[in-house]
Amino acid sequence: MNARTFILAVLLPMQAMAQGFAGLGAAVEDFAVPVPGRVLEFPVDHGAHPAYRIEWWYLTANMTGPDGTPYGLQWTLFRSALAPRDGQGWETPQLWMGHAAVTTPEAHFVAERLARGGIGQAGVEADPFSAWIDDWAMEGPDFDNLRLRASGADFAYDVALRATGPLITHGQNGYSVKSAAGQASYYYSQPFFDLAGTLTLPGGDIPVTGQAWLDREWSSQPLAADQSGWDWFSLSFETGDKMMGFVLRGSTDYTAATWISADGQTTAFPDGAFVAAPQEWHEVAGREVPVIWRARLPARGVDVTVTALNPGAWMQTSVPYWEGPVTISGSHEGVGYLEMTGYGD
Amino acid sequence: MQLMTLLAGLALATALWSGVQAINAEARASYDAAAATLSEGQFAQITARDGGAIPHATYVALRRAGWAVSPVIEGRLEGVRLIGLEPLTAPGGLGPVRLDEGADLGAFLSGEGQILARTETLARLSDTGAQKVPSPDVAPNTALTDIGLAQRLLGRAGEIDRLIVANVQPLTRASLAQVAPELVESPPPEGGDVARLTDSFHLNLTAFGLLSFAVGLFIVHGAIGLAFEQRRPMVRTLRALGAPLRRLIALMAVELAVLALIAGLIGVGLGYVIAAALLPDVAATLRGLYGADVAGQLSLRPAWWLSGLAIAMGGTAVAAGGALWSLARMPLLSGAHPRAWAMGRQSRGQAVAALALLGLAGTLAVWGQGLMAGFTMLGALLIGGALALPPLLTQVLRWAERLSQAPVAQWFWADTRQQVPGLSLALMALLLAMAANVGVSTMVSSFRLTFTGFLDQRLASELYVTAADTAQAEAIIAVAARDADAILPLLSAEVTVAGLPAQIYGARDHATYRENWQFLQAVPAVWDVLARGEGVLVNEQLYRRAGLDLGMMVPVGAGLTLPVLGVYGDYGNPIGQVIVTEDLFRSQFPQITALRFGLRSDPARVESLRVSLRNEADLPDTAMVDQAALKAMSLAVFERTFTVTTALNVLTLAVAGFAILMSLLTLAAMRLPQLAPVWALGLTRRRLAGLDLVRAIVLAALTGALALPLGLALAWALLAVVNVEAFGWRLPMYLFPLDYLRLGALALVAAALAALWPAWRLSHTPPAQLLGVFRHER
Repeated sequence: MNARTFILAVLLPMQAMAQGFAGLGAAVEDFAVPVPGRVLEFPVDHGAHPAYRIEWWYLTANMTGPDGTPYGLQWTLFRSALAPRDGQGWETPQLWMGHAAVTTPEAHFVAERLARGGIGQAGVEADPFSAWIDDWAMEGPDFDNLRLRASGADFAYDVALRATGPLITHGQNGYSVKSAAGQASYYYSQPFFDLAGTLTLPGGDIPVTGQAWLDREWSSQPLAADQSGWDWFSLSFETGDKMMGFVLRGSTDYTAATWISADGQTTAFPDGAFVAAPQEWHEVAGREVPVIWRARLPARGVDVTVTALNPGAWMQTSVPYWEGPVTISGSHEGVGYLEMTGYGD
Repeated sequence: MQLMTLLAGLALATALWSGVQAINAEARASYDAAAATLSEGQFAQITARDGGAIPHATYVALRRAGWAVSPVIEGRLEGVRLIGLEPLTAPGGLGPVRLDEGADLGAFLSGEGQILARTETLARLSDTGAQKVPSPDVAPNTALTDIGLAQRLLGRAGEIDRLIVANVQPLTRASLAQVAPELVESPPPEGGDVARLTDSFHLNLTAFGLLSFAVGLFIVHGAIGLAFEQRRPMVRTLRALGAPLRRLIALMAVELAVLALIAGLIGVGLGYVIAAALLPDVAATLRGLYGADVAGQLSLRPAWWLSGLAIAMGGTAVAAGGALWSLARMPLLSGAHPRAWAMGRQSRGQAVAALALLGLAGTLAVWGQGLMAGFTMLGALLIGGALALPPLLTQVLRWAERLSQAPVAQWFWADTRQQVPGLSLALMALLLAMAANVGVSTMVSSFRLTFTGFLDQRLASELYVTAADTAQAEAIIAVAARDADAILPLLSAEVTVAGLPAQIYGARDHATYRENWQFLQAVPAVWDVLARGEGVLVNEQLYRRAGLDLGMMVPVGAGLTLPVLGVYGDYGNPIGQVIVTEDLFRSQFPQITALRFGLRSDPARVESLRVSLRNEADLPDTAMVDQAALKAMSLAVFERTFTVTTALNVLTLAVAGFAILMSLLTLAAMRLPQLAPVWALGLTRRRLAGLDLVRAIVLAALTGALALPLGLALAWALLAVVNVEAFGWRLPMYLFPLDYLRLGALALVAAALAALWPAWRLSHTPPAQLLGVFRHER
């Protein structure tokens, strides 16, 4: 890991925690801490929560082109606070980081943006909804109708998102526990976006359609000190049901899952109900990363093999991680997204 | 004694390696930082057309339109040039802030902030509440801080002076004219890109890191070999008493591994101490002056530790492998005699191997292709040279013996020759150490000469100014015509020569060029022919890539081709360049007017020239580059490199001297039977000791004589072979006889110092011990 990466890892702890950097788990100091029982309020909670240390607006999408080629897309805006306050001008302690990616079966395009808050270069407004960093934006008249844009040195995309189902919450009404010691975050999702738009790749423009899943999460200390990283799955089955599951790797693994039925009813499953085990590893960017998984949620009869569309979907960003589209086979068929942090380095 | 030599030998070799690694890493870091200080200019910039400030809103509008730009504000605070940067958007490698080297970005951005500058600059700034961070890599009289803090300190809230344009831009972005028509983008200024030159230097430093590794290996080998020599009698005794061979060998191997580990740890620590003591920067780091910078240093350390331990263990394994093997094959009863004397038998094999390796190196030098061949050639040259040393020494000593008449002289030469096998490893280490030193000083000094010559040539004018538009250009010309000695307009256009992208420059016929430019090759009276418009000059890159030669025709603009008159070195430039006269340029490219000028002036009047340009032509400080400051800065960097070179000289010679000391001590006991008869014939112990001292110096001198050509060959291979393969241009090689002489003297001193103690011991050998040789009781 180069030094710049180290700095940003320290600076932007959302991923850094997952990477197991010492000390970050300790210093909550004056930041607000999630508590159970708080009712999420919309549209206000779509906006930023500067009193909390970290926050993200995390969208992933599985798409197909006119010839049936599968594609994946990621758009993420991270907020990281050096201190629990907001403000105008350069003095604001709020920092922003954007990650965008497009994954094809053969290639993976990545871009990253960094910005200071307080000057208008990056930020989030709740209503009408707008989240942006530089020329990247996710915005629309409301949270159900959004336009999403991003560009890098060798790719760009511009797609429209239309929600076909309700917002859903994870854990206890959005209070999502992340370790046996009680670390937690607020966590809700909109997993029911229909997507249509255009990918601009080195070969030219490609019209695409598909489904997108937006995760919203904020906290001040999401991981326990011994946790080194996570494996996060968002799976959309052909039945219309969906499932979110994650494994937080530590001295003992901590897992959680949310079953989302096609009509938007959710069931949260506690630690241990969801199980995921690596089946096959792939070397990418000089480290071994599992790219085929067996994921099970026996309570719902789920026993599937999750296979990366492109094992090389490595996010070579300030804080590197793996994030890419997957296909699902076994007890259920479908597509989804996989994020893996804390491997190597 | 044996334990001491073994431990000390291993520890010193490891110290050498890790010390050089540490210094090397530090030199690279300071080079990177210096290059970065010099190179805000490697980026294009956006400024306001009217020269005024850019509002925040415009910056944000540009970012939101897809422009990867980073804001900079600049002004004077108590006479110090204060630059405010935005670290999150600044292109990688910009500025010597070393934010990417472990500084505390959190502290830089929040609270009262941080100001980075040299200690003497910081002392001049009054207390603003911001943390003052000493940072020797910032240019003199310059301070760096976050843009927010800079705006506050300068009382210019919300203002930006210029935007740096990153080299990589996103695929989709609106045009500048659409977003901010009041702004103008200008290409990166000339002469700022030293990155490729620096890369070349890095490569050479790496090569010398490997060289020191080779020296270290030799010394470890020597230390182990000698330790085993001394143990043969003991092993014989133990075996005669019935100890199984296998267990003996296993025990010795384990013992060696433990010793190697201990010595390795001591060595790495020692290396770190040496590096810290020699390098002010590292010492400063240790004292915590850098504060947060320590993180960047710490991240290097595992590599040092591991490589240092690896050389100790690996060297021990290689050396002990051979020694244990020969021990295992040792006949039970004949092993009492140390075998150093029998090594002479290997010399023929060594000579053959040396010849083969040197032949390989020669072949590769002539016909080799690619970087690998270059490095293979370096290796073959080194090992071949080292292996060739004992046979050559033997031959030279044989001649000397034949030429000498007096019996004592004859005995001296013969005895010296007999000692060559025993000393050969130590002498090889000395040879490699000296060759490395000759190579290092030649390379570094050649590099410095080339670089400063290049700066002198390229940046000959005292002041370089850039106008925002034609009106300002005219204002500049008006001021300069009055206050400067000469105005040299810099006219350039993009062209294609032989299918390659190139720049064409129009040069005014002026003494500045005639006096400062040096050619790799040129026709006679080249400037006169050029001034008549009868030819062009091309840079080395174009010359090599387009396969040009003097007299060959080069297309210049529409329908005109002219012959090549001269080829000049152009070390910082990635693309081809053609120079024609100003008149020719203006007739070929009438649409291009000069916005950039070199101004010649008495150096003492540069400051007043700046002031009048600032006041009368409304030229901001950023549009004026004072070359004296730039040169002073880059020379300061080189001075630091010389510290590195000196450190390397001292280190390698010390280690080689220690190897000689060890060998002499080991041989001393074995040589008694040879010395006793000579003593009995009437030579005093004092005389014998004196002769031993002379012998060590003679051997060192002979080795030094052989090291010089080897070192020069090494330097040549690096500059003319490896560099050409890696970067496409050749660094000219200069010779520095005085440096070599000083180095030779140092080597002699080292050898004499090493021989002093053994000689003193010899002069104090009790006569009874010498007499004992004649009793058959050894």
